[in-house]
Amino acid sequence: MTKQEALFNYCLRLADTSLILAQRNAEWCGHGPFLEEDLALTNLSLDLIGQANSIYQYAAQVEGKARNEDDLAYHRSEREFLNTLIAEQSNGDYAKTILRQFFCDTFDFYFYAELVKSKDETLSAIAEKSIKEITYHLRHTSSWVERLGDGTEESHTRMQDALNEIWRFTGEMFEMNEVDTILIKEGIAVDLNSIKSKWESKSKEILDRATIKIPANAFMQRGSREAKHTEHLGFILAEMQSLPRALPDAKW
Amino acid sequence: MLSKEQITSLLSAIPDPEIPVINIKELGVLRDVVVNGNEVEIIITPTYSGCPAMKQIEDDIISSLERNGIENVKVKMVYHPAWTTDWITDEAKEKLRKYGIAPPEKTTADKGALMGKKRALECPRCGSKNTVMISQFGSTACKALFQCSDCKEPFDYFKCI
Repeated sequence: MTKQEALFNYCLRLADTSLILAQRNAEWCGHGPFLEEDLALTNLSLDLIGQANSIYQYAAQVEGKARNEDDLAYHRSEREFLNTLIAEQSNGDYAKTILRQFFCDTFDFYFYAELVKSKDETLSAIAEKSIKEITYHLRHTSSWVERLGDGTEESHTRMQDALNEIWRFTGEMFEMNEVDTILIKEGIAVDLNSIKSKWESKSKEILDRATIKIPANAFMQRGSREAKHTEHLGFILAEMQSLPRALPDAKW
Repeated sequence: MLSKEQITSLLSAIPDPEIPVINIKELGVLRDVVVNGNEVEIIITPTYSGCPAMKQIEDDIISSLERNGIENVKVKMVYHPAWTTDWITDEAKEKLRKYGIAPPEKTTADKGALMGKKRALECPRCGSKNTVMISQFGSTACKALFQCSDCKEPFDYFKCI
């Protein structure tokens, strides 16, 4: 694998994760538990789409095959997407949506803080921009995880159920492969081992405050680094890509 | 060909599409104007990554320059240095307040206002400091929602980043 191929793959991993998570959050539009949360989730979704957009633009430039950001988002299939498995999990109830977002925000918070130091100027600039937004997201989701977990009996049970369901998708966020090896050597990529303990301790701190317990000896599902997905991604893409695939020449 | 200063002053007439009382120069979105022969490059930066107004701003820049006979225009979006509310001029902050949006404080002084900590944000309508945050997220990506406990009016706060 060349450095260029590795960088393209790396950008897709980041952009796909942001886009698919954004698409999931956007499903709440008009269905939020109350107006302010409806707005919060769509705002959050918009930030994620913006981040995905700028990374796709860079990926297209790195690839150099005259594709653009829309081609990458709308004209690739399931087995080409490199988003993390946690991002594509179904919304479930609000507890599950918030917890999924919290785990991703915590990851992004530490990840992008490191990516700012990347020797790749474009990725560093995008990270510098994104970290400001992610800081807001994390503040919002961590307060909701705590409020729901340490809330009523009903909300506590739902948050605990959400954790039991989602926890197994958190392990592979830190998985590294040849792409990481090549780019870490170049000073471009973030060594995921370096942020894992920070992610664990922040997660534990908030889950403790939320009085919910991490499942013991949980099996960790993996696959996204090889573009192997859970049953959900195909359905997400079918909906998200239907318009540009049906009308590929449509313009705004 | 117009000079850099003339072009900058032309572009300063372009309002922000979502908050039309301030223009793109005083908002800090317009970063630079580079004149190179008969080519003009306009450097802009987004307030938020997903700000949907950026495309509109780009179109407005191009059509404004076209109306003034400049056809060879390139609009370039940069992310570094990342936009900060500290770039909004004091004059523009006053315009925001009069428009009903509580302007951002200095980033170094702020933060607390959005972290739920007690911080007296002034109601842009009645001036009371007896205000509470309703949501960190408001009508656009750059705003949070507050309410005045005295005049009871909800208001937008341009959040500091």
